[in-house]
Parts: sequence; structure tokens; C-alpha cells
Amino acid sequence: MDDKPTTLTRREALRGAAVLFGTISAGSVLATLAPSRAWALELGALSQPDGASILAMAQVLYPHADLPSAVYAFVVKDLDTAAAGDAQLAAMLAAGTAQLNAASGGSFVSATVAGRTAAVTSLAGSPFFEKVRSTCIVSLYNNELAFKHFGYEGAVWLRGGYLKHGFNDLAWLPNPPAAASPKPYVADASSLGSSR
Amino acid sequence: MATFAPDDASVVVIIGSGAGGGTLANELAQKGVNVVLLEAGKHQSTSTFLQDEWASFNQLAWLDKRTTSGNWRVAKDFPGLPAWTCKTVGGTTTHWAGASLRFQTHEFAAKTTYGSVAGANLLDWPIGLADLEPYYARAEAKMGVTRTSDNPGLPGNNNFKVMYGGAAKLGYTKVSTGHMAINSRPRDHRSSCLQMGFCFQGCKSGAKWSTLYTEIPKAVATGHVDLRPESHVLQIETGANGKVSGVVYADASGAQHRQRARVVAVAANSIETPRLLLLSASNAFPNGLANSSGQVGRNYMRHLTASVYAIFDEPVHAYRGTTMAGIVQDEARNDPGRGFVGGYEMETISLGLPFFAAFLEPGGWGPDFTHFLDNYTHVAGMWIVGEDIPRESNRVTLNHDVKDQFGLPVPNVHYDDGDNELAMRKHAFDRGVAIYEAVGATKAWRTPPYPSTHNLGTARMSSDPKLGVCNSHGQTHDIANLFISDGSQYTTSAAENPTLTIVTLAIRQADYIADAMNKQLV
Repeated sequence: MDDKPTTLTRREALRGAAVLFGTISAGSVLATLAPSRAWALELGALSQPDGASILAMAQVLYPHADLPSAVYAFVVKDLDTAAAGDAQLAAMLAAGTAQLNAASGGSFVSATVAGRTAAVTSLAGSPFFEKVRSTCIVSLYNNELAFKHFGYEGAVWLRGGYLKHGFNDLAWLPNPPAAASPKPYVADASSLGSSR
Repeated sequence: MATFAPDDASVVVIIGSGAGGGTLANELAQKGVNVVLLEAGKHQSTSTFLQDEWASFNQLAWLDKRTTSGNWRVAKDFPGLPAWTCKTVGGTTTHWAGASLRFQTHEFAAKTTYGSVAGANLLDWPIGLADLEPYYARAEAKMGVTRTSDNPGLPGNNNFKVMYGGAAKLGYTKVSTGHMAINSRPRDHRSSCLQMGFCFQGCKSGAKWSTLYTEIPKAVATGHVDLRPESHVLQIETGANGKVSGVVYADASGAQHRQRARVVAVAANSIETPRLLLLSASNAFPNGLANSSGQVGRNYMRHLTASVYAIFDEPVHAYRGTTMAGIVQDEARNDPGRGFVGGYEMETISLGLPFFAAFLEPGGWGPDFTHFLDNYTHVAGMWIVGEDIPRESNRVTLNHDVKDQFGLPVPNVHYDDGDNELAMRKHAFDRGVAIYEAVGATKAWRTPPYPSTHNLGTARMSSDPKLGVCNSHGQTHDIANLFISDGSQYTTSAAENPTLTIVTLAIRQADYIADAMNKQLV
């Protein structure tokens, strides 16, 4: 599998850092957007196994067949950052991932998809579950990679708005009559200034 | 800009610079009345607005601590955020989408028209449509409302094409790009709409009317207005004569100042306005200011809201163009045969990917949820806004167990959905889904209410001082020089988006205040 977090390389393990990393598959629309197809996330507060568990939990909560793991890694990154300054949160995340492992008969990340789904579902409503879930909602969908993946064009101020970029380009339904939906305003020659 | 001394007791102090306060300030200033305009939030501009939903939310929204209770879903989904309103110069006119509809005749006579509704505290307005028509015309002219005067309608975007197609198939006839306070051509030194979307994030082209760059600079230019951003009012003070004498506010550093006043007008939106009246309790007014009726904070209305999002086989790209690009008005009538009183509007809505994820189904997860996100570019959406029936028990109170950054009790917003709201919401969901299915929707989602942007009724108008807080000019029954100047005045909510009527009432109130000052009545 190309698009999955992998285990530590020997070099990283020797250095003692907890690192999550993976690659973006060559076919992904994001492959051209990201600076590199390989991604790595060095963790501070979270252990590598806990980071991998949270990433897998995010994939259970918000499954998108072809969304690269690099985007799910934003969830781990944001929780890791928050936990670095919050011992209570760090403890909650460690305990929560331990519960996921216990509910999966030892290893959450090694469980089947059905097993992982059952383990996550068993924790629904708990503070740990809600913390990860609510972090997912912001971290997964509020970044340029997600915008590109889901086809959201985002800020358009510098492009002058959608007036000339498809705001009314839908062609699979008839256009409403002009009384309901008048033609857009187009500046006449007099308002273009004297340059021509 | 004018500057007035803290002990200048000749000024009108206006608390809040949104649709009510910002408009009132300009209308008074044009008549030569001196105004101190106090705004709790910072002063942004079209150049500092952000086309980034979460960042803009943090820039503009009122995020001071609040609590919630009641059976409404918002209390579960957003327990600390009952309302999505703004704390910034221009108030919630920076965030509103621009829909500018006049009330219908019967909506001013809700009690007479609707009769007895279980649990309701209905009342007729002390004024009717005929009283407001000349002021509606002035408000529409000020705001450049499309399809009024010689302002053409706006062009519909893709999201509207889907709404129109479905609505036409169902036989709806009142379907158009509506009445919007968005320039459909350059006007009033502001550009025409560039169809950017991001109407909720502050309009970067300035095509959408906001007091931030219309009323307020015009007011300041008269030399009669002293605008003070980051001035958060903590208390309204009263004198020995039983009238209000001034206000105490905190500046950006937290330092407290006293501004004396001849008249105080409160326009802090319908959660902070009653809170401020309650926080200003004194020996002379032990239950809070202007509260002899006990109605301050009660009858809180938020409009019936809900959204329908639907997936199509073909692309929509609903986020392109104005957020509220069109409207179906056929269901806005009162027709108790549908199983509820009052009516509702259906208006297009679109959210960027971040807020679509946050608001489609708060708390939602799993494959059904992500299926909608996977189809983001193929989704059309509409917002439902309907009349909300006032109840005494739906109310804003002081929560003494939780304190804000100034050590003051935070507002608690209690709201229970009544049977009328539940019946109307079900009807509206069904009609919304039917519109989309008529043009081939493969799946529809019934989205629960967002935090309230329409907050109304907590210091309501009444003919009888025992039944409400202020008279038909927003003047409080108890204190002649204390006025309510925002949506808190609403006796009932009507079905229409509230800003146009708030602006209309502010224009009318300015005439009344200036006249009363001339006659030495206040």
C-alpha cells in the first residue's frame, strides 16, 4: 500500500524521535500540490504508536476512500501540538488509545476495518472520542490539500470573484427566466475610463 | 471625527454599531444631534476581512462566554455558542447575507391573526405595515435593495438555478433572486457584486450593505459622531430623577470609563441588550432597567431555522457567488391548514468546505456523513427561515455561576422548540427535499439549526406597559430617555430576515428622538 503511514525507519528509531510518515500516491490530485510526495510528522507529546492509532481513528471517523494519509496526519499534528502544552490532554489521548487497543484485542492499528470501527464506536460520546472527532472536523477540512481534494476553490478575492469564473456555469438545467434571474451587470464603456 | 468629553451630558450614547445602532447614529448625526457611538469590537475594513471561514469567525464573531439551556438542538451542539453574531464595528451587518424583505401585513397582528397558540405569549405590534411603509422605503433607498426603486435584481448563481428548477416543477411562483441589500450595479460609491461568496465573512468588495462602510463613515463625516471601538459597556447608570445618566464601559486595556448622556440607546443585539438592562439593576430598579413588566429577556425568538442540502449527479459548485442567491416565498403566507401558524422563506445557502463539515450535522461522523463531503462540488443547499412564536419561558437571564472577562455574570440563553416550530420545521424540510428531488437529487440531508443569527424579542414593543418593555418608537415604558434600538424591540418575529426592519425602525426612531430632544421631552 502506497498511501499509508509506515513504521519508523531505522535511522529515525536510532535518533529516538517519534515520527509518523507516509507517501502520497502518484495518482492523487494532491501529488502535484504538495512539495514532496513523501510526508513525515515528528511528534512531541504523543508516542509514535499513539499517533498512528489516532490517525487510524480519524480514518474510521471520517472515511474518504482516496484522501491521502497526509491530510489525516493534520489531525495527529494538531492534537500533538495541543497536548504539548496540556498534560491533561496528553494523558487523555494516551488513555484513549490504550482503550482502542484493548477494544481491538491488543492492537487497534492491526485490527480489521470492522474491528477498528467497532472499537471506535464503543468509545462514542467519551471525552476522548469527542476531542478527536471535533479536532478532525477542523483539521481535516480546513487546509489547502483538502480544498484541492474536495474541489473547493476557497478565497477568490485575488481572482476577482466568481463573476467571470463560473458562478452561473451550470448547464444541466434550463436557465431561469430573466425576470427571476437578470443578467449580470457588465460595466459599459464609459465606466472603463479613458484609456481607450 | 468629533470627540466629546466624558462629562458631556448633552450627547446621545448609542451602544452597538450594527444595523440598529449604526443606522441610528447616522440618522441622528444628519439632523445635527451629537452622538457617542460605543462598539465593543474592533474596527475592521474590507481590506482586513478574511476569505477564510474559521479565521474570519475568530475575527468577527462575538465569542464572549455564554451558556445555554432548553430542548433546542443548539444547546447540545453548541452549548457555549447560542448565537452567531458579531463583535466588530458594523456589528452583524458585516456577517449578514443581505436578504431585505418587508414584513407582511398580518405579521404585525400575530395575536389577532393566529389566535391561541399553546404556550405562546403572542401580542400584536403597536404599529402596522402602513406605519412603517414610508420608513421601509427610506431604508431600501439607503441600502440599495435590489428590485426596489431602480435597482435591478442580482443574477442567480448555480445554487439558485437548482432551487429555481425544483421550485418551478413543484408549481411555486414566487421564486427569484429576491430583495437583497447587495449592489447589482455600482452605487453609493461601492462596487457591484463580484459573486465572490463569503458574504458571511465580511464582503471584501463592499457591494453588500454594512453600517461599517456606509452609515458609520457618513455619520462620522458630519462631525457629530464620536465612534469608540473596543468600548464594551458594562452598565447603564441612572440618576436621582429616575432617568439614565450615562454608561460605564471598559476599553481595550480593561480600564473603565464613564460617559454621561442625555439619551441612551441600546443596540447590542437581543442577547446583550437584555443582559445589559439586567446587569444595570440598582436600588431604584432592583429587577433591572425598564423591567417593571418583568418582560426584559423574555420572549426570546431566534427564527425557525433549518437547512436542506442535496447531492446531484451533475456539478453545482454552490459556493460560487452570493450566499443567499435566491428565494422561494410561496410558503411565507399564513395558512393554518398546513398544521402551523405563520410561514417560512426558503433561501439558498452555501458554506465553504470547512463550515460545511462543521455545520452539516454537528457531532456527525461515519460514511453517510463523509459521503456528503465527498460530493461537495455536487451539493446544492437552502436555508429555511420561519416565524418563531414568542414564549415567556424562552429567555435570556444572567447566569451568576459563570463570569465573563470583566467578572460579570454571563447571559444564559434558554430556548425550547414548541409544537408550532416542530410542525413548521417538518413541513419546511419536506418541501425543501421535494424541491431538490424534483430536479434529480440522489440524497438529501436535513441539517439542524446553526447558532442563531436572528435574535429577537427580548425587550419587546407593546401598547400596554405591563406586556412589554418599550413603546412603538423603542422608548422604554419606564424610563423616557432610554431606548431599545435593535431586534430586541420585535413584538413577534415575522418570517422575514430581520435586518431591513431593524434599519427601518432605527430611521423612524431617529425622527422621534430628535423631535423629543427639540421639544425637551427627553
